[in-house]
Amino acid sequence: MKDRSKRAADSQSAINVDRRTFMGTVACAGAGISFGALAQPAPSTPPVPAKSRHATITLNVNGVAHELDVEPRVTLLAALRDRIGLRGTKKGCDRGQCGACTVLVDGRRINSCLTLAVMHENQSITTVEGLAVNGEPSPLQAAFMDFDAFQCGFCTPGQLCSAVAMIGEARAGAASAVTVDLTAASKRGALADAEIRERMSGNICRCGAYPNIVAAIRHTATRTG
Amino acid sequence: MIAFDYARPTTIDAAVATAANTHARFIGGGTNLLDLIKGGVEQPALLIDVNHLDLSAVEELSDGGLRIGATARNSDVANHALVRERYPLLTRALLAGASPQLRNMATVGGNLMQRTRCDYFVDTGFARCNKRHPGSGCAARDGQNHLHAILGASEQCVAVNPSDMSVALLALGATVNLRSVAGDRKVAMADFHRLPEDHPERDTNLNPGELIVSVDLPSPRFAQKYHYLKVRERASFAFALVAVAVGLDIDEGGGVREAAIALGGVAHKPWLASAAAALLTGKTAHDADLDAVAAAAVSGAQPLSRNAYKIPMAKNAVVRAIKTAMEA
Repeated sequence: MKDRSKRAADSQSAINVDRRTFMGTVACAGAGISFGALAQPAPSTPPVPAKSRHATITLNVNGVAHELDVEPRVTLLAALRDRIGLRGTKKGCDRGQCGACTVLVDGRRINSCLTLAVMHENQSITTVEGLAVNGEPSPLQAAFMDFDAFQCGFCTPGQLCSAVAMIGEARAGAASAVTVDLTAASKRGALADAEIRERMSGNICRCGAYPNIVAAIRHTATRTG
Repeated sequence: MIAFDYARPTTIDAAVATAANTHARFIGGGTNLLDLIKGGVEQPALLIDVNHLDLSAVEELSDGGLRIGATARNSDVANHALVRERYPLLTRALLAGASPQLRNMATVGGNLMQRTRCDYFVDTGFARCNKRHPGSGCAARDGQNHLHAILGASEQCVAVNPSDMSVALLALGATVNLRSVAGDRKVAMADFHRLPEDHPERDTNLNPGELIVSVDLPSPRFAQKYHYLKVRERASFAFALVAVAVGLDIDEGGGVREAAIALGGVAHKPWLASAAAALLTGKTAHDADLDAVAAAAVSGAQPLSRNAYKIPMAKNAVVRAIKTAMEA
């Protein structure tokens, strides 16, 4: 299984280059059409600065400090992908509805598309690239492969980051909307499927791999410590 | 996203002084604000980051109440030991809202400032929206309005407030603490949000430049008998069609000493059903006329072309929430 994951990782990086070049070409070809079709009515006119002041910030990502010169409007997602080059974190809806951009900030899962890079100085950011342990897939990543918890894989980085944090939240005793008794601390490892589904509701999978995602998380939550 | 400037004050005084710029917005979690900026609905020239103002504490008050800082995260408030123990209605409402990732970012102050999710408001492709462009008209009134208001709407606007947290805070009798260059001010939750009337562009009674500092909860009365019922189109991560928060203070004989009922998803503001709640006073689970209470809760309801279903839904939800609270 370890060999399989290593091969997958190697081939993934090779594919990435080709796919990115391809997608860039497609996006450019489509842009001319969509700009015309989506013309917006003129908005009211507050004094918006044509160009806001840049800031030099340091983002600590997966244990590495990155100094960046960014405008305030740059989202954390854009900084991670386009500036630092960590493209494991995905841009799905870009509106906080799909969870593909989920990363951990100081151990807490958030949507990186709905927050600004300048708001995360001096915090510890973990992306999917930082989940591996000593170069090997983490138990959760291994479980996702063993349980076939994805099809196209686009939502998987967000699912993984979300699930890592979710298992921690549950162990710390955090309740969810389906937790029956708020007065009782939840028992370690006793995550019912209904709890997993509710706690993972911020991550959408268009392929519908939910049963296997739940199985992989249940497996990991009950076996790791 | 449009360009804007960014300020990160470290004192409340500096924050409110900076907010004298009328095209400034405070940013807490940013989960609603940045979404609206991306869509072109909000166009601030300056964002004032309030996350370094030391306003995230949850602390007990000398009167037995609880003070929740404006930048406390929704997830932290929901699972705070004192909130779970004394104000579980608030925990339930918070956990019913959004997703775990959003709750980890969203602040209490930001949640209070949430704007409507009316499609005609959030999508600038629609020309008519009095909330976005005063005087342009309301496309929802005769459009896709199945998610819209049945209570308190005006000719100008039929949008609903999307917050779950605010419905619970209203039922709990919370007070919002504000600060501006003019000084401090307290506003009861019932007066914080407003009905659209002729100014739907204003969601709240905040003055320009005022900052939400904290929210105070009175000493707990509904820690045992309460229920938050949210009716929505999918099991999780969806806004309410109708939501009901019920809190009951029951005496030794099983009679209702005090009741609070608030509804979400039905109006431009979280809707306090005081007259309905008063009908429960002195009643027990055996002699309370819940149909009369439910009818009073939606008294004056006016359906739009596509949301008449919300009236029986709200009444049924009120009955079920009270029954569930009484059996708790």
